[in-house]
Amino acid sequence: MKLAIKLAYRNLIGAGLRTWLNVVVLSFSFVVIIWMKGVMVGWDYQAKTDMTNWEIGGGQYWHQTYDPFDPFTFADSHAPIPQELLPDVECGAIEPMLIAQATIYPQGRMQPISIRGIRPSQRIFMLPTHRLDSLTDAIPAVIGNMVARNLKLSVGDYVTIRWRDAQGMFDAADVVIVDVFSCNVPAVEAGKIYIALDKLQSMLMLPNQASLLTFADAEKERPQVEGWTLKSKGELTKSVDDLIKTKTVGQSVFYMILLLLAMLAIFDTQVLSIFRRQKEIGTYIALGYTRRQVVGLFTVEGAMHSILAALVAAVYGMPFLIWQAKAGWTMPMDVSDYGMAMAQTLYPVYSIGLVLSTVLIVVLVTTVVSYWPARKIAKMNPTEALRGKIQ
Amino acid sequence: MNLIDVKNLTKRFPMGKGEFTALKNINITIGKGEFVGLIGPSGSGKTTLLNILGSLDVPSDGEAIVLGNSIGALSAKQSAMLRKESLGFIFQSYNLLQVHTVYENVEFPLLLLKLPAAERKMMVMEALAWVGLTDKAKSKPPQLSGGECQRVAIARAMVKRPSLVLADEPTANLDAANSHNILKTMEALNRDLNTTFVFATHDEKVIGYLRRKIFLLDGRIDKDEVVEHS
Repeated sequence: MKLAIKLAYRNLIGAGLRTWLNVVVLSFSFVVIIWMKGVMVGWDYQAKTDMTNWEIGGGQYWHQTYDPFDPFTFADSHAPIPQELLPDVECGAIEPMLIAQATIYPQGRMQPISIRGIRPSQRIFMLPTHRLDSLTDAIPAVIGNMVARNLKLSVGDYVTIRWRDAQGMFDAADVVIVDVFSCNVPAVEAGKIYIALDKLQSMLMLPNQASLLTFADAEKERPQVEGWTLKSKGELTKSVDDLIKTKTVGQSVFYMILLLLAMLAIFDTQVLSIFRRQKEIGTYIALGYTRRQVVGLFTVEGAMHSILAALVAAVYGMPFLIWQAKAGWTMPMDVSDYGMAMAQTLYPVYSIGLVLSTVLIVVLVTTVVSYWPARKIAKMNPTEALRGKIQ
Repeated sequence: MNLIDVKNLTKRFPMGKGEFTALKNINITIGKGEFVGLIGPSGSGKTTLLNILGSLDVPSDGEAIVLGNSIGALSAKQSAMLRKESLGFIFQSYNLLQVHTVYENVEFPLLLLKLPAAERKMMVMEALAWVGLTDKAKSKPPQLSGGECQRVAIARAMVKRPSLVLADEPTANLDAANSHNILKTMEALNRDLNTTFVFATHDEKVIGYLRRKIFLLDGRIDKDEVVEHS
């Protein structure tokens, strides 16, 4: 094996441009596959981090009738904060949120909106809720960029909202936009307006009630509470996992094509080598190689393309990948309307496992592709090969 | 002791639906240190016989014993071992490894024998000195003349000091001056190292150097004569 590696290396280096063309194509596959996988890992990481920071914290208790996809459930999805969770609520380890369906009237138009009551002092979410403490002549409210854009609202604008309280009575009031925030989680922004929790509780006549209870610490074991459904962080981020999985399948097809092109070059080189190097094959046998050893030599030669490609990829790929991890990849189009937790700039994340598994897969595939045509050598007649006769 | 002992050897090749007999009932013995040629026109069977002696092919009938090994009975691995350890080949078109340097080409048989690097270096340089190519060690075959290539091939065949060297039309691609040069080199190696040389040739220049001539005609031995050189 050592000899085969030594000879294969000499043969490849000696073959010059033919080798380097294959190596460059293959190294390009290495870099693109690692970069694309890194983007997916980075996206997954960023999406989960953003969801944690903006929407789900370390997990949540949902009121048993709460369904985020059915606004009609909001009216009944509230209950007093359970006694056993009150100490955590008081110290800020659990953040209550009350949700109500309402109507907003920007510039005289009417649009449905979800009002979210949240404590201005909360520290679990990155929402600028401290701004809800502003002293104004209307109810202070914060909204996301997406809502501000859709409703044509900006900081300082007044707008009327109408809601139904717990008795079913309609009421209306003006809110003033005190801040417009920007985040990568559409679910936090889309169709939502945030006001102070105690204000919303009084508007709905639901003192000390909440629809959601978000806790900060994902590691701490949480008890089941009657009337509330415990949702772990894992369950709440499952949608991201599913989305990434779908994207990964689509992406796999892309790098399969990329790998296929690189492998085609290797296969082509191997087939050409076996035809062009008949005399050489005969010479190896005459000098004492068995045919199986020659098959081994050609296979190692083919596989060595991928080793050289990994080295070449490291030379230009590592600076590129490191730069990408720092500068990120800014998507050419606006992704805020995509409806998924996606930043405009994604920062690829590469792990040792990702790099090693990619290298291993490419080396294995290259070896198989190299072995396939090389098997023909085992059937060659050495005396014909020595004369260079095509077999 | 005989180095080569061929008894009633016949070699047939499939041809269409029938067979073509390339060698018919060949009987020869070749001893150590001989400088012998298999002489005959194209299609006389000399290369076929050389291939069998080199364990690159097997007899259809009869027996070819080379260095105590019955060629027909050897496994692929044993054949390779025999070639690796005891046989040297010289070909008409040199068959050098084009992307390797002269040094690496000559070193190749020693790599197969897994000799240590220092010993390999010493033996390669010695072999290159025999053929007068020490200054070309770093050149590659495409940079050499035909005569130089064949001298590299001789060095490669001789570097492991084999018992038997099989040379198939070694001068066919060379001009007269180079042919004589090559033959003198091989003659000297035969004399100095007592290596047995078996040629397959129809080149008059080669025939002039041989000490034993085995004439083949249509797959049979036509004449076997020993030449007394003055």
